[in-house]
Amino acid sequence: MTYKEELYSCTYQSCEDYKSKYKHIGKPYERKEAMEKVTGHARYAFDMEVPGMLYAKVLHSPHARAKIVSIDTSKAKALPGVKAVLTGDDSDLLVGLYMEDKWVLAKGETRYQGEAVAAVAATSEALAEQALALIDVEYEVLEPVVGLDKALEANILVHENIAEINHVKGVFFPQPNSNIASLNRSRKGDLDKGFAEANHILESEFSLPAVAHVPIETHVAIAQYDPFTGRIKIISSAQSPFALRQMLASTLKIKESDIEVQVPYVGGAFGGKAGIHLEPLLCLLSREANGAPVKLKLTREQEFNYTATRAAMRGKIRTGVKEDGTMVAADIVYDWDSGAYADYGVNVGKTAVYGGLGPYDVDNASIVSNTIYTNKVYSTAYRGFGHLETLWTVERQIDILSQKLGIDPYEFRMKNLLRVGDLTMTGELMTASTGSPVDCLQAAVKEIGWKGRKSEAERAAEWKTGKVRGTGFAMVQKAPAMPPNAASSIIMQMQGDGHVKVMVGGIDYGQGLMTAVSQITAQELDLPMDMIEVVRGVNTETNPYDWNTVASKYAFMGGNATIKAARNMVDQMKDIAGQILRLTKESLDHGDGYIFYKHDPTVRVAYKDMAYGYAYPNGNGIGGPLISHGYFTAERLTNLDPETGQGTPALAWTFGCHAVDIEVDVHSGEITVLKVASAFDCGQVLNERMVYSQVMGGVVQGIGSAILEGYKFSDDNVLLNPSFTDNKIPTMKDMPLEVVPIYIENPQLDGPYGARGVAEHTMISIPSAIGNALYDATGINFYRLPLTPENVALGIKSGEKDIY
Amino acid sequence: MTKVDEKDLCAMEQAHINSKERLVTLTCTVNNEAVSEDIDPTMLLLHFLRDKLKLFGTKEACGEGECGACTIVMNGEAVNSCLVLAIEAQGAVITTVEGLSKGGELSILQQEFINGDALQCGFCTPGFLMSARALLDRVPDPTDEEIIEGMSGNLCRCTGYRQIFEAVKRAAKREREELSRS
Repeated sequence: MTYKEELYSCTYQSCEDYKSKYKHIGKPYERKEAMEKVTGHARYAFDMEVPGMLYAKVLHSPHARAKIVSIDTSKAKALPGVKAVLTGDDSDLLVGLYMEDKWVLAKGETRYQGEAVAAVAATSEALAEQALALIDVEYEVLEPVVGLDKALEANILVHENIAEINHVKGVFFPQPNSNIASLNRSRKGDLDKGFAEANHILESEFSLPAVAHVPIETHVAIAQYDPFTGRIKIISSAQSPFALRQMLASTLKIKESDIEVQVPYVGGAFGGKAGIHLEPLLCLLSREANGAPVKLKLTREQEFNYTATRAAMRGKIRTGVKEDGTMVAADIVYDWDSGAYADYGVNVGKTAVYGGLGPYDVDNASIVSNTIYTNKVYSTAYRGFGHLETLWTVERQIDILSQKLGIDPYEFRMKNLLRVGDLTMTGELMTASTGSPVDCLQAAVKEIGWKGRKSEAERAAEWKTGKVRGTGFAMVQKAPAMPPNAASSIIMQMQGDGHVKVMVGGIDYGQGLMTAVSQITAQELDLPMDMIEVVRGVNTETNPYDWNTVASKYAFMGGNATIKAARNMVDQMKDIAGQILRLTKESLDHGDGYIFYKHDPTVRVAYKDMAYGYAYPNGNGIGGPLISHGYFTAERLTNLDPETGQGTPALAWTFGCHAVDIEVDVHSGEITVLKVASAFDCGQVLNERMVYSQVMGGVVQGIGSAILEGYKFSDDNVLLNPSFTDNKIPTMKDMPLEVVPIYIENPQLDGPYGARGVAEHTMISIPSAIGNALYDATGINFYRLPLTPENVALGIKSGEKDIY
Repeated sequence: MTKVDEKDLCAMEQAHINSKERLVTLTCTVNNEAVSEDIDPTMLLLHFLRDKLKLFGTKEACGEGECGACTIVMNGEAVNSCLVLAIEAQGAVITTVEGLSKGGELSILQQEFINGDALQCGFCTPGFLMSARALLDRVPDPTDEEIIEGMSGNLCRCTGYRQIFEAVKRAAKREREELSRS
């Protein structure tokens, strides 16, 4: 069968006709916490108040790079009601997830406009604000490091002490006397041989700006650090309470067990609330204020300008292709304009060396990824963890390659996609359990109605109408970026009425974690959904450990942990029931709230009768409170070889494909997204409505990165658009007319019921698909995001065919 | 991050002190209940609702009228409560998300938000519900364009809006059916 014939004969399940084979798994259950959220009763860190609470405010550097000559806080301290005023001189605490490069408050010099130089805690927000205005800071403005080229020249160093920064050795590689926070690399095959075999070589450069996460709830935290007991209590809008606790303990050099982190509902996160943010500063303020709890709610401006962003990126790619379209060599350099501190940025950079080739089988390839310090607001994890950026490079390059070779882009991809038996960039073997990029491509491309590229004549005819249509598509591939031994765990307790309470360590910030965990519990214990209750909120004092709620990995890891906890519960119940019924465990089965004799189901004991221990009619008791736990630790993953990047980084690769149909106004440059078809090999849908919701949301967030969003800086790296007025995100007016989610289910055998994560994936190749469609519509290749009306109109007007 | 001049600051402090002497009484109706409170005349309606009345459903996410998280209905209009002084609500009839339903029974609009998965993290949800409430009170049978226009002042980062749009549309239909039955 030719690729075309394969395409026309492929079948798939779109959202309309999805059916699951399970009783609870895959079923369209409604969100567990929906009621609290539509009544306004859901409480977020933003809403929290603690008796005796003070309010914090932060003073920020107005300069991208400056020496702090002096700070005078005497007037602020004298203001009645002010309980603490701190500057960099008051503490010696360095923070950093992978590289300890950031003072809690700037010390001696500032490295980005927006960096915290002083902070105040007072009895009211207004007083704290007044106190800030009374702090006098004298700066000596220094020339900042602006942009990648200047950073790479290394005439000015953002961190003079780069060689001495304490960091995770063997994983991150800061380069001495440079601004490179980490240089990571991977390679396979023989690049020279590959290029020698190639008939065509294409070199391109793609770029995109920094972008903000924009959770609607800004970062909020309350911290209480008792100077007498040494104990800390945090309430935070954090994604990862356990990681936060661990890092805070390490920063403050105290015991983890002295720190309690409580996370209520979280109003959106998208990676920006992973790690550690406001908490160390608030702890210091609280300690200074004699242990009073201190709350800080970031303003929207601080959210744009003080907390971390998605890095800007430049991807240089050189690809060698044979006449028949087989890719034989790829040489890629990713440079991340990652701002003043490493934070998660270095890990995004590291991830690019194993995720940055796309889902393709290229025998000879090299990826170098430089995470680069510059004097601007620093960067961190953002939905997709670098993959939106690398896909903007690879998927656009592939489209342009197929243009140059005159090969249909669908066929070009079919020729090069990873298949069973192929090796990924880091040498992982593709098996039937890994999922199928091919199935995703075919489904999305068929759904969008791809008939091949438009001819020049067709385009010219359409151009006269003032509006041109275009179709494009782009692959998705992403695995969680996480330590190879990351773990999740679950605790379950049977209640006296037969209901089950489940405690999780992961945060549900809207993705539906509680609902998925409930369904898995219901499936395993064979109970109705309304008998399962996930305990709201996470508190590190009571809830079981979870490494982090990031990377689209919770369904997989938390899901597996839930299965194990439920099976452990069944096992415990069978132990007791076996004694009661005088049967061996092997003769027992479970279902519908009972442990029963397989041979005669009327011989049975109800779960609820064993919940707190079983009582015989004469009063004798056996068993005890039914409490089970389960954990899942990633298996057989490895660190990557520092030189070659070879190893096993991926818990699960989720493959997918976005195909888009757009209309472009040739005068205004405005892009209207008419239809999006999104196919993901999720292995097994856990909840149809949650997957559907992920797709709807991710697609629009992707449209934001594609056509709207981006930071703008002045020549001296002062942020020009720190508000919604000039830094827009999509509104309802920007939603596509039609989005069709497609669920491919090639099970991953170690996933829960075969499932893989589907979350970040729904966003990350939308920009590349739109870029490819924009070529189809206009015959012009755009290499830089965002594709705003202004940029597109200017591109069209320039008469050029390549717009950088 | 603007630096305030010390002279301005003295003026600000003076204004603050003066305002304390000049507390004003705000009388209005909130969620069908008569409310009367002595307030600082510089207080924002958003802070009046949250801090004085302890109605924490109304959220703040930008403080400058760009995101709609603080939307409430005042005299039939959707209003960004972060842009309105509380005192401007003198005699007004106000509904917040807490006033959409009572006694454990959700309103049709709230039910449709749940049925249609029109929320994820939920932080923007009260604002969307109130914009939708004002829209449907004004235009019981809105066109698609009117829904989009009416809801485009509210930002959501999770849902991609499609399910909110559909929920408002279905709620409008059900509310009309309900009305014609009664």
